[in-house]
Amino acid sequence: MKKLLSVFLFLMVLMVVAGCSKGKESGGEEGDTVTIEYWQYAYKAKVDLMDELIKEFEEANPDIKVKQTTFPYEQYNEKVATLVPAGRGPDVINLYYGWLPKYIDSGYLQPLPEDTFPVDQIESEYFSLVNAAKLDDKYWAIPTAVRTLALFYNKDLFEKAGLDPNSPPETWDELVDYAKKLTVRENGKLVTEGMAYEIGAQLNNWFYDALVYQAGGQGLSEDRKQILWDDTPAGLEAFTYLVEFGSKHKVGESGFYTDDVTAFKTGNAAMNIDGSFRLGTLATDAPDLNYGVAPLPSYKEKATQSSFWANGITAKVEGEKLEASKKFLAFLTSDEVMERWIDEVGELPAKEAVATQDKYVNDPLYGPFIEQLPYANAQFYVDETAQRQYVIDAVNEVLLNGVSIEDAYNEFAAKSQKLYDDYWSKK
Amino acid sequence: MTSKNDSIVKKKTARFTLKQQKYIFVYTCLLIPLLFFISIRFLPTLYTFNIGFREWDILSEEKPFVGMDNYMTLFKDEIFRKALVNTFIYVVFGVIGQLLCGIGVALLLQRINKFVGVFRAIYFIPYVTSIVAVSWVFKWILMNNGIVNDILMKWGFEAQLFLKSPNQAIYIIILTMIWQGLGFQMIIFLAGLENIPKMFYEAAEIDGANSWNKFIHITLPLLNPTIVFSAVIGSISFLQTFTQVQNMTQGGPLNSTISVVLYIYELAFQHFDMGLASAGTVLLFIIILIITIIQMKVLTKKFEY
Amino acid sequence: MLFPFIWMVSTSFKPPSEVYGLKLLADHPTLDNYRKIMVDTLFNKWFLNSFIVAIITTLNVALFDTLVGYVIAKFSFVGKNIIFLFILSSLMIPTEMLIIPWYIMSTDLGWVDTYWGIMFPGVISAFGIFLMKQFMESIPDDLLDAARIDGLNEFKIFFQIAIPQVYPALSALCIFTFLGNWNAYLWPLIVIETEEMRTLPVGLAFFSGENQTYWEIVMAGATIAVVPLIIVFLIFQRHIIKGITLTGLK
Repeated sequence: MKKLLSVFLFLMVLMVVAGCSKGKESGGEEGDTVTIEYWQYAYKAKVDLMDELIKEFEEANPDIKVKQTTFPYEQYNEKVATLVPAGRGPDVINLYYGWLPKYIDSGYLQPLPEDTFPVDQIESEYFSLVNAAKLDDKYWAIPTAVRTLALFYNKDLFEKAGLDPNSPPETWDELVDYAKKLTVRENGKLVTEGMAYEIGAQLNNWFYDALVYQAGGQGLSEDRKQILWDDTPAGLEAFTYLVEFGSKHKVGESGFYTDDVTAFKTGNAAMNIDGSFRLGTLATDAPDLNYGVAPLPSYKEKATQSSFWANGITAKVEGEKLEASKKFLAFLTSDEVMERWIDEVGELPAKEAVATQDKYVNDPLYGPFIEQLPYANAQFYVDETAQRQYVIDAVNEVLLNGVSIEDAYNEFAAKSQKLYDDYWSKK
Repeated sequence: MTSKNDSIVKKKTARFTLKQQKYIFVYTCLLIPLLFFISIRFLPTLYTFNIGFREWDILSEEKPFVGMDNYMTLFKDEIFRKALVNTFIYVVFGVIGQLLCGIGVALLLQRINKFVGVFRAIYFIPYVTSIVAVSWVFKWILMNNGIVNDILMKWGFEAQLFLKSPNQAIYIIILTMIWQGLGFQMIIFLAGLENIPKMFYEAAEIDGANSWNKFIHITLPLLNPTIVFSAVIGSISFLQTFTQVQNMTQGGPLNSTISVVLYIYELAFQHFDMGLASAGTVLLFIIILIITIIQMKVLTKKFEY
Repeated sequence: MLFPFIWMVSTSFKPPSEVYGLKLLADHPTLDNYRKIMVDTLFNKWFLNSFIVAIITTLNVALFDTLVGYVIAKFSFVGKNIIFLFILSSLMIPTEMLIIPWYIMSTDLGWVDTYWGIMFPGVISAFGIFLMKQFMESIPDDLLDAARIDGLNEFKIFFQIAIPQVYPALSALCIFTFLGNWNAYLWPLIVIETEEMRTLPVGLAFFSGENQTYWEIVMAGATIAVVPLIIVFLIFQRHIIKGITLTGLK
């Protein structure tokens, strides 16, 4: 009995001790230094580079301290969602462009201060895709680097199929043609995909920001209230093109080698529509893969999708912290930082002058991504998850449930418009 | 306290009667745990209930009251309804499946005398294997050109879509969950079987009962508390299916595997609609509560020992 | 049966380029993944944190859950069924929805980034109470009454007579509680702020990225995380078949 009592007491003591340890207060101003909190998601290369940059920034600005907090990408939204209602939050936050409309809408961010980031300057220095961060004629966040989509292709498989490994397809028709020639089936079973066909991966981006525009269509109206891609035949044409890779030409299957990247990495998919962020993975996971990168095949117009993570200042920041945040943001978007970013992280510079330097444009891997930047689009998502899911569902309805392409498309367009209607009606 | 009680009993004039002692004991023991549950579980639940009546996008401070709007939206939401149907399937097939497998495995393991620890470890290991690893492996072997389809085609069957099929995917996930949960079921039922006094079996043997009789008349009834536990906990758990679906299919294809909790999670943290998510949580809570009460009433059989 | 586990372990020894091959064993096995986890990070601290959290929670649960389960099983008192249902209902809300109020509570009370902050949701669990109640019910009442007549007080009866009767269930409970708390991810992720306080699952999560997962590292992490669990299992599983030492009535 006594033994158990003492165990119990020991437990209580332990818990009290545990409760007292490591309790820290965060942020705040100690004496003359201002501390600002910066949040971004955990990606080793980015975090490492950011640590270096912070050190340099702090040296150049001895009265400012920057505290960086990171957490895993998958739970980024949860972490923000939990911390904000409890009154904790960063001063400067790194957000995915697709989430910006939601964050802006709820009043979480403040517009970028005009003195440091005048709208005209942004629009003249940065690629136009940045206007996904623009709302009500103001910019709410600014990226250091961006990513785009391009066509990855396996040169060895090209040769094997009798195609020239140095001339990748450049038009819609050529893409279909090449894909069919590169597809290998044995007894009806798919052995090599002509083009990886994982709808949930990048193909929805391909649709919204590339195919639609390439078919001569438009994405959204200027005021972002109307979907324009269903106003012209371009939308249906783009959708049909996308679906037929799976339904008609049968050059690829969802789940083949579990996903598109795995299929391409292991040499089982001859081509894949993927982003610049894949270069790092391919370098480590498939160092011997003989592949090339080409701009997306075009049709009536050229277009590609681009995505980015941008930095913004949260709404409540003011006074000294605001000044410090402005300086920090300006530092992060300086030309030198952008150059270091592409070298160490592999993301493309967001400013046109920096990105179009010869050393980058002539790089065999980065070049094709960069040359597409002038005509890259970044959609204004009102609900990124839902809109992504709509594409997946629409394609699956055709492939799995036998719904006609037209019907699936019409439902998809209607649902999308409703999403925008709901978003704007709440404002 | 000990010496006091001893002296009281010796004096034969009890300060507290046996019954009073019991009551003091009961309420003392319940005090801390109840306080804990109220503050850590109950109050936060009330918080969620409250949000269910409001519209809140988490990031702003306004939480305007909207009454039953969220609930109406959910009732009309076809994805939510599909999630309910799917969750029902998860519970029915999952609980029954794992009960049968659990009892089966435990009975088998009871008969093994050598290397008992090794066998138990074998059944236990899937339970502690990371769900991420398990999902990846299953996705790999079930893919269109994977091992399972290879074998099927050798035997003359057609290749199946498995996880990519809106009809099959949910059952594949249930099988995965039962497979992974075997370790848990095995332990529970081993403990349960162990709890049956051997003398009952000995008495039955003297009476000439065979294995089947022993099973039906001794094992099964006396396993009742364990079966109730497994069924109730299993139901509560399957009704909240989340991790496996998130890892294996993310709810697809075409919402054929999405569960209520996964949908609530998406509403909260991807669409940032906390009001809807909370309302969904409340609905789920009520469903689980009702099912649990029914199960406890129907399944529990009391015994005189 | 063991295939996914074997695959998990074998992948943990593969260099990144071999992860997707169909071979079970690596061509060039490497300890690099383990090195990245165990040497390049605060792994030791994370392991220790997980251990502390899991042990304290398990001890606590073993005590309180058993006590409450015993009380509910063997005593009748006003409001017993309601109280039991109330306790059980705490299992019916998914944790994902509780993290926001929990975090608000933690911020107000200063529990953020502390051991207590990580542990508190799991320190008493309805699961354990339910389990122990089921098993406590099969203890013969006469046994307990006899002890009362002998003059033992209630606490002594609990510790010396009731608990030994349910060793198998208690061992099972310890295994599950340790396992659950060892692997707990979402809440610890939210409440932990500094790298030093991370538990193992949280620390390992930082190896996954936006558009890719480093499988070889994730698997190495998963393998490491499994080892203590198997040890705990092997220790406790013997007790499940310990057998009942006090049987029978006087």
